[in-house]
Amino acid sequence: MAKITIDGRVVEARDGGNLLQACLEAGTDLPYFCWHPELGSVGACRQCAVKQYANADDKRGRIVMACMTPVTEGAILSVDDPEAKEFRGEVVEWLMTNHPHDCPVCEEGGECHLQDMTVMTGHRERRFRFDKRTHRNQDLGPFVKHEMNRCIACYRCVRFYKDYAGGEDLGVFAQHNNVYFGRQESGTLESPFAGNLIEVCPTGVFTDKPFSRMYSRKWDMRGAPSVCTHCSVGCSTILNERAGKVRRTLNRYNDEVNRYFLCDRGRFGNDFVNAPSRLRAAGYVMDGRMTPVPPAQALTRFAEIAADGPIFGVMSGRASVESNLALRRLVGEALAGEANVSTGWAEPLHGATMRAVELLRSTPARVATLQEIEHSDGLLILGEDVDATAPRLALAAYQTQRNAFNKLADANRIPHWLEAPVRTLGAETLAPLYIATPAPVALDKAATLSVRALPDDIARLGFAIANCIDPAAPGVSGLGEDETQRAAVIADALLAAERPVIVSGTQYASVALIEAAANIAAALAAKGKAAGLSLVLPEANAAGIALLGGMSLDALLEKARAGQVGTLVVLERDLARQMPQAGFDALLGAVRHLVVIDHSVTPTAERGELVLPATAVSECGGTMVSMEGRAQRFLQVVYPEAPLQVGWRWLRDMAEAAGIQAEIGWQTLDQATEAVAAEAPVFAAIREAAPEAGFMLEGEHIRSQTSRVSGRTAIRANISVHDIPPPFSPDTPLASDMEGSYAVDMPGALVPFYRVPGWNSEQSLNKFQQEIGGRMRGGDSGVRLFPGEVSAGGYVGAVPTRADGRGQTGGEAACLVLPAYEVFGSDETSMASEPVKQRAGEPVVRIGGHGASGVAVLEIGGDRAEVAVTVDPALPEGVIFCPPYRVIPGFATPAWGSLRMVEAEAVA
Amino acid sequence: MLGIIRTIWLSFLHLFHKNVTVQYPEVKPYLSPRYRGRIVLTRDPNGEERCVACNLCAAACPVDCISLQKGEREGRWYPEFFQINFSRCIFCGFCEEACPTYAIQLTPDFEMSEYVRQNLVYEKKDLLISGPGKVPGYSFYNISGLAIPGKDKGEAEHEAPPVDTHSLMP
Repeated sequence: MAKITIDGRVVEARDGGNLLQACLEAGTDLPYFCWHPELGSVGACRQCAVKQYANADDKRGRIVMACMTPVTEGAILSVDDPEAKEFRGEVVEWLMTNHPHDCPVCEEGGECHLQDMTVMTGHRERRFRFDKRTHRNQDLGPFVKHEMNRCIACYRCVRFYKDYAGGEDLGVFAQHNNVYFGRQESGTLESPFAGNLIEVCPTGVFTDKPFSRMYSRKWDMRGAPSVCTHCSVGCSTILNERAGKVRRTLNRYNDEVNRYFLCDRGRFGNDFVNAPSRLRAAGYVMDGRMTPVPPAQALTRFAEIAADGPIFGVMSGRASVESNLALRRLVGEALAGEANVSTGWAEPLHGATMRAVELLRSTPARVATLQEIEHSDGLLILGEDVDATAPRLALAAYQTQRNAFNKLADANRIPHWLEAPVRTLGAETLAPLYIATPAPVALDKAATLSVRALPDDIARLGFAIANCIDPAAPGVSGLGEDETQRAAVIADALLAAERPVIVSGTQYASVALIEAAANIAAALAAKGKAAGLSLVLPEANAAGIALLGGMSLDALLEKARAGQVGTLVVLERDLARQMPQAGFDALLGAVRHLVVIDHSVTPTAERGELVLPATAVSECGGTMVSMEGRAQRFLQVVYPEAPLQVGWRWLRDMAEAAGIQAEIGWQTLDQATEAVAAEAPVFAAIREAAPEAGFMLEGEHIRSQTSRVSGRTAIRANISVHDIPPPFSPDTPLASDMEGSYAVDMPGALVPFYRVPGWNSEQSLNKFQQEIGGRMRGGDSGVRLFPGEVSAGGYVGAVPTRADGRGQTGGEAACLVLPAYEVFGSDETSMASEPVKQRAGEPVVRIGGHGASGVAVLEIGGDRAEVAVTVDPALPEGVIFCPPYRVIPGFATPAWGSLRMVEAEAVA
Repeated sequence: MLGIIRTIWLSFLHLFHKNVTVQYPEVKPYLSPRYRGRIVLTRDPNGEERCVACNLCAAACPVDCISLQKGEREGRWYPEFFQINFSRCIFCGFCEEACPTYAIQLTPDFEMSEYVRQNLVYEKKDLLISGPGKVPGYSFYNISGLAIPGKDKGEAEHEAPPVDTHSLMP
């Protein structure tokens, strides 16, 4: 730490930082535009001018750009100096000469960094009498709205989009006053991280298009901390609500996970909670048509059918741990027993996921956080297309390239935040990133080595790498020469790294692949490396259900066929996505009664005898366990109307109605969480995921609305002119209205929105952090449940035989069909969100080889579908890459199938 | 004694003063144009709604009696609904001061009494008038940078034609 003097006040500043950071950390309000904690300094806007003095005797000083000046011991500077102030005021005045008269019709208005900084510098009146420069806008697709007139040329957008996220289709055109940030021509932004432009842009050039359709000012919306449910990474989010409707999703800073950025699936996928496919009433289903009934009648009906044989349950990866535990208790199941409850995954996904969580819990390596992946200096991605299955993880993996640049910068004594020199220095450097996947992935462009092979061969490669690192690990026989060589190259690179991380996952539902990854991590740990292991799981709360345990759907089907299942209670799960049509029909045909608790209408719910409406993630509280074993609480932002209630309340009421002794007598979420914590030692820490409902700050609950929420006496005046009290829920520590406390040091898990006086935009986040880019003042959000007990190491698994892309099914030649996950399309709930659905487009099957593309009939195990096919020579010959769920609903794991062209396009 | 006589005398003199009682409702009092009475939403000179649903009136309202929702039609913002709960309104005029487009204006009309309080909730159809109110010539979109039908980029006041990004000229 260096001691610097800011306006006569001596403060501690971090060595190696810049003066802007130091000023902000010291609590000074110094305006800035182009600097961003993750994007570094470029000195483009000239806004953060301060006066620096050479020594105590220097009375004249000189104006420097704080963001471009390193912290030095004993530095003396003045932010309040009249000359520096005047300079900053003039800079804002120049920036505003071309800014349009738009604030009332700008989505950024009220949370605009440019507004804040203009007010901060004191510029009020326009003196410039000449014409304003104007630009034409582009259509940038369903997520981002473009209004170029508002641009102040801070270059943040391209620095994020191209440099940070590796996008290629957003650039800078023209020069000086005319610079234009956009695509070469109108069209959808290709990067799956384009939504971050909305938060990165300090003004209203890039705004949220879906949000604009149901727009509300920031001060008018209720906020609540939430957790993204669209993949297993578990990014922290803030949901905004007004008038009972979720308006948008914002990033919530979590220093070990998503930090400043989200992927577009998380940002735009939550509109499913407003979709017409939501279930709003309990009902009986007959011949596919639902008759709404009062909840009491539905529960009575359940009591009747519950008497007809044993009850079985199917758990959900998108429901909270609390709801899943309630389901287990309803079917009378102790932890880890699996007689009556299923995880809701069919083989082989069930086996792979259970094994993955087991290995994460027992690995001698560390379970890598996203932050550790980002700072890894040797990253191996083994058989998982993380770009699609865990997009935010892919963005973190891309930053490993930046680490390579930083190493060069260190060698040349350039500070890391000095963006342009560091990037220029590293221009030719590849990331210490090694990828082995069946098909090309977006990360390939940064990778040092990309290997293309089928999943089993990748697993063999993985075992070979582990064996190279530590000969005690099981070896692979019959490897080709180049395979051995590749394994040695990757093993050497991982051994040379200080913080190697191995990433794999359940995309190909291959136990061998996961075990190979675990072996490499274990081998590195055995060599004394701080190795990390990260395994992507199929669903948001997959780790939660795997920890609770259960049988596979195949085992459930066996029992159903044997007539053992009286009633099947399906909690928030669409079984049609988990098994082939034949299996789905067989299961539903074999159970005597089907009860579905879900928040949306699914093919399973349509077949249910009794359907109960559950709350979605925005309407209830609960805890999810992410792939890194982090238990995270989401809190309700919407106060739903009856009969909607959270899954565990339905299950409690069902147990009560049917007279089942089930110990689900919970009244509040805290009691439910308590029960989960008591259920098994692994869950013991789950209560610490967030403060409980009684939590108070300065003697009051934290408010979830801003102090200036408007229209309170008018918003429901069309229904009744008489006011009603604000809604209340026993499950959340947040007050539902504007009455309550709010402070920069509130717990990280309870932040409903970011705002401090003078800083209305999300840039105010700086004030909530202990140091910029560091931990939150009020502590972290979420708690790690594993690794807990670490095994002594040891290697696992059997090496698979060489993969073959061609096989036989029923005497016919068949091709290997691999699930080609998509960022937009493969996730269930986000596809009910209109913008994501639009972005996903129509599914296309790709097949390796040469020939004409066209339309073909794809057949997998009796299910068939007609689909557009593209022939791609970059893919392994004869292997079919099919987007899961969308072409054939039950297809998500490798299978054998065939493709028959019905019409081929003429080859040009 | 003297005081009593003086009082009687003064009261007597009032017989010859001008009568100040107005025979309302037969006689209507004069209210200045700036009088803060019933709130209206005005239209711009082209007859389009002036309100752009920026929410500033709602934010300025000390009793929170204004509520609206933004909608968008071909680039123009407008309120999908706009309701004012006049049973709460204190006619302070802050909404008029906050309005950046001169859309919301207070008028010299106070005759709004109702027997049923629910009837004091005014919707957009009750608020919108057909003229520009107190500010005849103003049209927000002539000054704003947004393109709307009939006014492309670069056609607003003090705007240069759109930049050709392919040009090499500085």
